[in-house]
Amino acid sequence: MISRRDFLQVGMAASAIVGASGFGNWARLAAQQSLTQDQLLEFETFGNVSLIHVTDIHAQLKPIYFREPSENIGVGSNKGAVPHVTGAKFRSLYGIEDGSPSHYALSSGDFASLASGYGRVGGLDRVATVIKSIRADRPDAILLDGGDTWHGSYTCYKTAGQDMVNVMNALNPDAMTFHWEFTLGSDRVTEIVESLPFAALGQNIFDTEWDEPTELFPPYKMFERGGTKIAVIGQAFPYMPIANPGWMFPEYAFGIRDENMQAMVDEVRAAGAECVVVLSHNGFDVDKKMATVVSGIDVILSGHTHDALPEPVLSGMTIIVPSGSNGKFVSRVDLDVHNGQLLGYRHKLIPVFSDVIEPDAEMSALIDEQRAPYLDDMTEVVGKTDSLLYRRGNFNGTWDDLICDALISERDAEIALSPGVRWGPSLIPGQEITREDIFNVTSMTYGKAYRTEMTGEFLKVVLEDVADNIFNPDPYYQQGGDMVRTGGLGYRIDVTQPQGSRISNMTLLNDGEAIDPSRSYVIAGWASVNEDTEGPQIWDVVENHIRKLGTVTTQENNSVEVVGA
Amino acid sequence: MELTRRKILAIGSGTLAFASLSGLPAFANLTDDAITSLTGGKELGEGKISLTAPEIAENGNTVPISIDAPGAVSVTLFADGNPVPNVATFKFGPLSASRSASTRIRLASTQNVIAIAQMEDGTFQTASSNVKVTIGGCGG
Repeated sequence: MISRRDFLQVGMAASAIVGASGFGNWARLAAQQSLTQDQLLEFETFGNVSLIHVTDIHAQLKPIYFREPSENIGVGSNKGAVPHVTGAKFRSLYGIEDGSPSHYALSSGDFASLASGYGRVGGLDRVATVIKSIRADRPDAILLDGGDTWHGSYTCYKTAGQDMVNVMNALNPDAMTFHWEFTLGSDRVTEIVESLPFAALGQNIFDTEWDEPTELFPPYKMFERGGTKIAVIGQAFPYMPIANPGWMFPEYAFGIRDENMQAMVDEVRAAGAECVVVLSHNGFDVDKKMATVVSGIDVILSGHTHDALPEPVLSGMTIIVPSGSNGKFVSRVDLDVHNGQLLGYRHKLIPVFSDVIEPDAEMSALIDEQRAPYLDDMTEVVGKTDSLLYRRGNFNGTWDDLICDALISERDAEIALSPGVRWGPSLIPGQEITREDIFNVTSMTYGKAYRTEMTGEFLKVVLEDVADNIFNPDPYYQQGGDMVRTGGLGYRIDVTQPQGSRISNMTLLNDGEAIDPSRSYVIAGWASVNEDTEGPQIWDVVENHIRKLGTVTTQENNSVEVVGA
Repeated sequence: MELTRRKILAIGSGTLAFASLSGLPAFANLTDDAITSLTGGKELGEGKISLTAPEIAENGNTVPISIDAPGAVSVTLFADGNPVPNVATFKFGPLSASRSASTRIRLASTQNVIAIAQMEDGTFQTASSNVKVTIGGCGG
């Protein structure tokens, strides 16, 4: 008899074959200039159940450019493991040809030139076409949204998430989990969730007062599809009140709560689930660890850390499927579930090339309807860029360098701090910068740009604390963002050291002097998690700065020296 | 200009003090002494009791902790980084419905929460969990 593990390996091989045909063809087709929608969507339907996963859309309704990171350091047992492999090494690992569509979609390197060739990615009208095509093959496919949906754009900010709710509801998802949604404030979240025509899941969303599960966010939902029962368990971002302002949603507590996850898996299995899927906003490394701690999960649909991998990763007996961000990808996972178990799967990470995939006309109209009231204001041109502006990476990206420069010059500071978030599309050289583009990299409900003083000693405490949230060797202590971006400050970081010993050689860049632990420095920053933060909105600060520059040209940034990567 | 506590709060950090610097908790040996006096220096077994605590505290002033200790007659909780590490002792008798308890404790900084259970046969079991108290990061 063939064991479950053998089946999973067969599944993996099948996935690799689908992947391989995709890759090989894309590379060849690129040479022939004939990438087509049919080839992107090609999939031999498999088994009896289909899952469709989108995650971390960050309110990107329209196609955008999005550069994947060139630096994504893994620590502890994840050193050198995917997704901590980038650029040419990533391409070599997956057999992706340089210059191919997969190179452009999945890895960094030559981004600006490939972007001008392959065009923008994403757009929820294109995502709608992909979803419709999968539903044409499998009408009862389960569509799951991993969260970070109602955050991240001009219209999303102005409508408190309503634009995304309207558009996503039209896609008819089956369930969703959450992270940035909570930064709309718990009243607004409650209002929206009560109106949703699908399940709002989170086994780890608890009530603060009694530390008990909430009624608004049930832990799981059972689906009867393809003659079997599938349980989908939600896992919201575990560190919401720490990474985001807890005062905006004081009624809720989170955490990983893997003991409760195990209890939920056992409960759904006892209720007849033949396949257990976790819709997760843990981040990839946390999911990978959770799969070894909790038994009985078949599939984790992974979000939060914005990783996109062409094949699932096997952790224990669980396959983990990360599906990228910003509407750039849709994952399709077909499952063969029979006799109480998952017997095999077939997977494809579908890149949404916006010039190749036909927009769905109804969805285009619905998106334009959301944007129409704000169109004049958001499309106003503020400046132009001669350089590639991007964010993703463990340390500074050029967008953050520009934001830090804006903070230093507009707020008259010596040092700037900018949060290491992973959302925010890229702009390619020659593009105009609109107000919408600035909102895409700064929009949030707590975006005030503060100005304060900090001693050198305290500044080090801040850097050490944030660094430990990224480089702690135990994934359960990682929060899934990147390092706080610094302007006017250089430092050295040894990622292998424990908290308190990672940061050294802190230098004030404007005079080249070592940071004095006892001296006070003038600091400007934004995205404070404190309730009474004062200052202008960050997008206004950045807009004023860009208007003064006219055309943005970024410089190479060598202010952070990384050791032990 | 002096950096006041108010200003510290204004710069985007959590409400907890910044005592979470590296190094051993200052009160660790107080805890060792307290454990030794509780157990009389007997060996501590592991695996029969469980302690559930958050990996990272959402609010260090009120951290939910629970213990499940089948077969224990008492469980004592210690927080090895607090000025007074001894947190609480729970006692269980033959009529206890379940030998489990939950409470909330205040943690001054990143530290270990340690449970020591005295079992019915007089042996001791332990379980511990490192709880991080952080000033907050930046979510993706």
